[in-house]
Amino acid sequence: MPEVKASKPPKIKAAAKMKQIMSDHFYELDKAMKSKTQKIAWCTSVGPAELLRSMGFLVYFPENHGAILGATRQATDFIPIANSIGYSPEICSYLTSDVGAYLKKKTPLSQVYPGIESVPKPDILVFNTNQCRDVQDWFSFYAREFKVPIIGIETHRGVGEVQAAHIKSVADQMQGLVPKLEEISGQKFDLGELKRVVGLSLECSQLWRKVLETASAVPSPINFFDGTIHMGPAVVMRGTQVAVDYYKELLAELEERVKNKVAAVAGEKHRLYWDGMPIWGKLRPMAELFNSLNTCVVASTYCNSWIFDDFDPGDPFNSMARAYVQLFIVRSDEAKEKYIEDMVKKFKLDGIIFHDCKTCPNNTNARYGMPQRLQKRFGIPNIVVAGDLNDLRCYSEEQTKTVIEAFVEQLNK
Amino acid sequence: MMSKNVEKKYFAGIDIGASATKAVIIDEAKKIVGSHVCRSGADLAGSAQAAYDEALKQAGLKAGDVGLLAATGFGRNNFPAAHCTITEISCHSLGSFHYFPKAITIIDIGGQDNKLIHVDQNGCIMNFKMNRKCAAGTGAFLEEVAYKMDIPLEKLNGLARQSTQDVSLGSFCTVFTGTEILTKIREGKKKEDIIRGAFCSVARRIIEMDPLIGAVVLTGGVVAHNNILAEILGSVINKKVLVPPSPQLIGALGAALLVSAKKKQK
Repeated sequence: MPEVKASKPPKIKAAAKMKQIMSDHFYELDKAMKSKTQKIAWCTSVGPAELLRSMGFLVYFPENHGAILGATRQATDFIPIANSIGYSPEICSYLTSDVGAYLKKKTPLSQVYPGIESVPKPDILVFNTNQCRDVQDWFSFYAREFKVPIIGIETHRGVGEVQAAHIKSVADQMQGLVPKLEEISGQKFDLGELKRVVGLSLECSQLWRKVLETASAVPSPINFFDGTIHMGPAVVMRGTQVAVDYYKELLAELEERVKNKVAAVAGEKHRLYWDGMPIWGKLRPMAELFNSLNTCVVASTYCNSWIFDDFDPGDPFNSMARAYVQLFIVRSDEAKEKYIEDMVKKFKLDGIIFHDCKTCPNNTNARYGMPQRLQKRFGIPNIVVAGDLNDLRCYSEEQTKTVIEAFVEQLNK
Repeated sequence: MMSKNVEKKYFAGIDIGASATKAVIIDEAKKIVGSHVCRSGADLAGSAQAAYDEALKQAGLKAGDVGLLAATGFGRNNFPAAHCTITEISCHSLGSFHYFPKAITIIDIGGQDNKLIHVDQNGCIMNFKMNRKCAAGTGAFLEEVAYKMDIPLEKLNGLARQSTQDVSLGSFCTVFTGTEILTKIREGKKKEDIIRGAFCSVARRIIEMDPLIGAVVLTGGVVAHNNILAEILGSVINKKVLVPPSPQLIGALGAALLVSAKKKQK
C-alpha cells in the first residue's frame, strides 16, 4: 500500500512579505560590509540585540545562518570540515556547520541572494551564554579569524525563581558592554534610543506571542513547522518597525483563519507539543507526516523562546536582563515543567514530543527524567525522538516515522 | 482504506522487518493456519509476496480466500497488496496481548531495533520506547558477534548454553564490543563464555530502556532463535520472562488480528 498523501495545507500569504524582509536584512548587511557605511555586530540569537541596534550596529545572527545551513540540508556536508580541525561531532552542529561552511568559503546565502558572496564580516562579536557555552566558543573562533573584539554576557543557568541578584548581575554585564560598543561604533550611547528600540522589541514580542497563541484555537491555524519559518523576523529584526509591521499582518491573517476555521492540518484530530530544537533538514517531511496523520503540532518551547514579556522601555537594562533570565532555556527543570504544564492546558494538547537533540543538550529536556515526571504528574503521553538540529547523521528517518506513527496510533485508542 | 470484501474467513498480517519478513494467516477463531519467515533482502515487496504465498500454501488457501491483509514493520509501506498499514509497536502489542491478556511489558528484539512497550490490562499502549540510532543490543549486534568470532549465527544459542564462566562485555556500542571481543579472545577466554557474555550484554541494554513493570513478554527473531536470552533476562530482572509461541511471528499476528477486529466492527 503506498503511503497516504494528505491534502495540502493552505499557504500562509504573509510568507511572501517575510521572504522580502529576510532578503532585505541580508542585502543590507552585505551592502554595509562592502561599503563600510555601517558597523556590523554579530550577536547570539537571544543576546542584547536591542543594545547593539540602539548604538547604530547592523546585527547579524550566526544561529540564523546555522538554521539556514540545516534547512537547506547543507550542514552535514560542512560539519566534517569543522570536525577535522578539532571541533567535535558531539558539540553544537550549528557551530560545526557554520565554521565548516566558513572554512569552505561557502554560504547558502549566495545561492538564495545573488551578489552576496559571503556572510557579513563582523566589527565586533557579542554573545550571551543563555543559549549555551558553545556560542562563546563559536564566536571565539571568529574573533581569532577576523581579529575583532569579542564581548559578552555570562548568564546564570538552572534558575528556579528569578531573583533580583540574577537580574542585577546580567543588567550590570549589559551596561559593561557599552564602552567597547561605543569604541567600535564611534557612537555615544543614547538611553533614549535604547528605550525606543526596546519599545519596538516589546511590541514585536507581544505580536509574536499573539501569533503563536492563535494556535490555541481548534483547529489550529498554524503549526510548529510554520512557526519555525515565520519566527525569522522576531529573531533577526526585533527592535525594528519592520518586524512589528510584519507580525501585525501575519496576526491578521491567522485571526481570519481562526474566524473561518481554516486548519493548518486538515481534519485535525490530535494536538501535540514539540519540546526542543527543530530538525531543520526535515521540516517539510515532518510537516507532511503529521499532516498525513491529521495531527497538528500546535505549540513548542522553541518558537516561544522569542517572547520577551518583561521588556520595559522605561527601564531598558533591568528589563532586558529580566527577559533574558526568564527564558525557558536557563531555568530549572521544576520551572520548565510548570511552563510545559501550562502550555498543555492552554493549547489543549494530547501529547508531547521531546526531541533528544544529539548536539544540543541545553535545548534537550529528555535526559534528566522530565518526560517520565510529566507523565506521572498529569498523565500526558509523550515520546522521545532522537535526532539533531543540523547533523542528519544523527537522525534515523524510518525509526522516527515509526515512533511518531505509533504515538498517533496510541492516541487514536 | 479497507477492502469491501470482509465476508471472508481468513485474515493476514505481513511484518516486513529490517532483517526478516514474516507472514501469518489466521482464521475467524484467531488461530494461525499458515505462516512463513524469509529474509527481507533488498526487494521488500518481493519478500513480502513470497512470505505471503508460502503462508497461503501452508494453510491450503488462495489469496482470494483472505478477506483483509495488513502490513507492518520497517517495510510496511512497500507492499501494495496490503489493505492497510500499522506500526510494529501496535502490532506487537496486539499479538502479545492475544497470548497474555493482562498488563504486560513487551520487549521486542528485532534485527535492527528494540522496542519496549507497556500495555495495560485492556491491551492499550500506555507508552513505548525504541532504541536510539544504535544497533547495540539488537539482532545486528549478535550478527556482528557471530561474524567477528566466525561462528554461524544459528550456533550461538547452543554454544552459550555450554558456558561455564561469566565474561562481561562492557562496551556500549556494537563496534566497540567487536573490539572488546577480540581482546577477550586474545586473553584466552572461551568462545562459549564470550557468546554468553554477548547475550548478557543484550539483556543489559534492555533493562536500560525503561522499567520492566508487571509481566514481561519477550518477542522477536532474536529470542525465537536464541531461547537462552529469556533465561538470561529473567535472571537479570529476577522474574520469569514469558515467551509466546513463535515469538518471531508476533508482529505479523498482531497485524492479522487488527484486520480481523476491524472486520468485526463492520
